[in-house]
Amino acid sequence: MQAATVLDELGRCGVTHIVWLPDSETGYMYEAMRASQFTLVPVCREGESMAIAAGLIMGGKRPVVLIQSTGLFESGDSVRGLCLDLQLPLLLMIGYRGYPGRGRPPADSAARFLEPILDAWGIPHYMVESDATCHRISQAYQQAHVTSHPAATLMGMEYD
Amino acid sequence: MSRGRREIAEPAAALQVLSRARTDEIVVLSESTRQDWPPLSTRPERDIPITGSMGKASSFGLGLALARPDIRVWVLDTDGALLMNLGSLVTIARAKPANLLHVVYDNEAYDTTGGQPTPGAGIVDFCALARGAGYPVARAYDQPEDLERDLASILAGPRPALVVLKVASLGRRPMVGGMRPMREAFASIRDYLARH
Repeated sequence: MQAATVLDELGRCGVTHIVWLPDSETGYMYEAMRASQFTLVPVCREGESMAIAAGLIMGGKRPVVLIQSTGLFESGDSVRGLCLDLQLPLLLMIGYRGYPGRGRPPADSAARFLEPILDAWGIPHYMVESDATCHRISQAYQQAHVTSHPAATLMGMEYD
Repeated sequence: MSRGRREIAEPAAALQVLSRARTDEIVVLSESTRQDWPPLSTRPERDIPITGSMGKASSFGLGLALARPDIRVWVLDTDGALLMNLGSLVTIARAKPANLLHVVYDNEAYDTTGGQPTPGAGIVDFCALARGAGYPVARAYDQPEDLERDLASILAGPRPALVVLKVASLGRRPMVGGMRPMREAFASIRDYLARH
């Protein structure tokens, strides 16, 4: 999965800002993001990302959040209290730590909990693991905006 | 309650200084400030409480400030909330929003749960933290008169700026009416900003 393919999808969606904290699955996109038209907003902790995105949305911008599943777990009350309670049309791009599709045993329990937690929050999610599946980014983004409800893409490509 | 420190005995007096200086700023409120600000607010239609996210008012204010550099944003944060989101000082300092004033209502207590002391009570120096994070301006006040004297120069100065208000803890108290719920305020201000 190439960074350019991911960023092209975000460009087609009209995304303005990427609020992010690097992770193993998406860290390889950093240089491409820096060179892109998007404004990068790096955060110190993932829970900040939803709040910054909420402020951006109130101000008329079109952000996405790019973090790892572990950071999503840490961000629980920002997801609940802001993404869900404010009905944010926000795409959460989640690095899928330990994605089982890579054919390797996961190093920890992160992969076991990701999808059930998103399901519990009622956040629809789509697997993105190759250039051929990057169109799901636009699909999830549009769904978030049509429904005024967050949606997620699970980024399964790990850089190693 | 007296804790042997210099502090503003009537916290509303400090907020009144800010309220008198306010023109068209959008004010983002955290826990205790959303209790004390509504009776003083001159522009309630431009106030929004950020609750239920473990101290994210400062992060929300940053997002709004980045989205709309043409408007001024004040975050009326609290010490308990900022302790939950200390990394936001670094995130804000790096983003350098020229339109963000960050105020911390420092009562060293969790008033909304009954006034229990925070882990930072008597220890933490928010001005030192902010300066260390990269805020160009960070000042603390324990007298409203001193804030009144300096506020115009702070508002005209470099940003982001941190203003710490050393105020008394009033403990748990009834919520004052008049502030719109977060979702309603969010939708209303978003729609307003889309037209202006």
